[in-house]
Amino acid sequence: MREINVEKLTEEISRMCIAINHELSPDMKAAYDRAEKNETNPLGKRILGQLRENMQIASSRMIPICQDTGMAVVFLEVGQEVHFTGGSVEDAVNEGVRRGYVDGYLRKSVVSDPLLRVNSGDNTPAVVHYSIVPGDKVKITLAPKGFGSENMSRVCMLKPADGEQGVIDAVVAAVRDAGPNACPPMVVGVGVGGTFEKCAILAKKALTRTVGEHSPLPHIRKMEEEILEKANSLGLGPGGLGGDNTVFAVNIETYATHIAGLPVGINICCHVNRHISTEI
Amino acid sequence: MREIKVNTPFTEEVTAGLEAGDMVYITGTIYSARDAAHKRLYEAALKGEELPLPIKDCVVYYLGPTPAREGRVIGSAGPTTSSRMDKYTPTLLDLGLKGMIGKGRRSDAVKESIVKNKAVYLAAVGGAGALLSDRIKSSKVIAYDDLGTEAIREMYVEDFPCIVICDTAGRDLYSEVAGKGC
Repeated sequence: MREINVEKLTEEISRMCIAINHELSPDMKAAYDRAEKNETNPLGKRILGQLRENMQIASSRMIPICQDTGMAVVFLEVGQEVHFTGGSVEDAVNEGVRRGYVDGYLRKSVVSDPLLRVNSGDNTPAVVHYSIVPGDKVKITLAPKGFGSENMSRVCMLKPADGEQGVIDAVVAAVRDAGPNACPPMVVGVGVGGTFEKCAILAKKALTRTVGEHSPLPHIRKMEEEILEKANSLGLGPGGLGGDNTVFAVNIETYATHIAGLPVGINICCHVNRHISTEI
Repeated sequence: MREIKVNTPFTEEVTAGLEAGDMVYITGTIYSARDAAHKRLYEAALKGEELPLPIKDCVVYYLGPTPAREGRVIGSAGPTTSSRMDKYTPTLLDLGLKGMIGKGRRSDAVKESIVKNKAVYLAAVGGAGALLSDRIKSSKVIAYDDLGTEAIREMYVEDFPCIVICDTAGRDLYSEVAGKGC
């Protein structure tokens, strides 16, 4: 048994909230570079140039990349040999978000009640997904999610007969409908299989995969590549103003499902696809 | 692609000179207002109350910035998705609003009202909040302070970069782009 004080979670999450809102991970930077090189539409190229300049200003002058600094989504993979001390894990996670967003001059975008809509004032609570894994480590993945693109996401309960083509069509349709609202070039997280809620969580998890890495499953990788090509051939381009780069990447995660179903979760993310991980 | 420098307020003479696809650099006073502020402006308008901003020939920016660090004018300041304001927009256009800066598609009702009122809808680049904050030279909250990031701010901008999406002639750049590949 390894003891970990929950204060460590608070410290790490606070640090990660500030870091990822000012500087994207290397995989995303590489995606921007590739796009700017291969974009043939003059306006699209220009928009990508503005986005590159934006990222330079963000990191050098500590101004968040985007004013929507997101709702904090946290994946906690907890080794089963770990014993947390010092208080509640969920409280510690929220304290990390609170410190990060208050001390880091990030926007408080969370309302405590979805209908009464009073701002919580400190961007809490986070959305936390826990999983218990072998070992004595804790992996924290933080993905602050903006809602321009979150609003364009969806779950489709397809029929088994819809098959691969049904999944491809559903994802391409979601990208087309998201269009300029979702701040393309987008990253598309897709969860296929499981149940209604499982496919949505898988889709969110898929957004945290390193952009440029594919599924190890050959038939899924093929589908990722086909959707990417089809989505980019829509021609929506950067900012939805026309061009070759509508989607940076399509990341698909899968899970076993029921004989009667083919659930598909499609989580759209804007070009500010923030994801950062650390291990304690 | 035409590049045009314009000043606020947006008189009919200004809006008539802008076409979908133009790259526009705005200098002058604009006002931030997003979801919660729009709801209040709309309710005030329906009651016939005076609005807390000069609505005639006004340019509104759909913005909720991050907090400013010490010594800075404003934090990250990119556009939010405009369609959430669609319900309130025709009423404000009828009162004299002439320019809207945001991102994303508008409803048919808004597009019709834009033509009727000789207004324009412009997009700033979504997700470029650090770059855009650089073009905002002053900012002060003038109404609905209790709304925090959603308060109405009077801001002076210089060469604020936008692209004309919907013009007075009824063109819509997003529809034209989508029509090519979808």
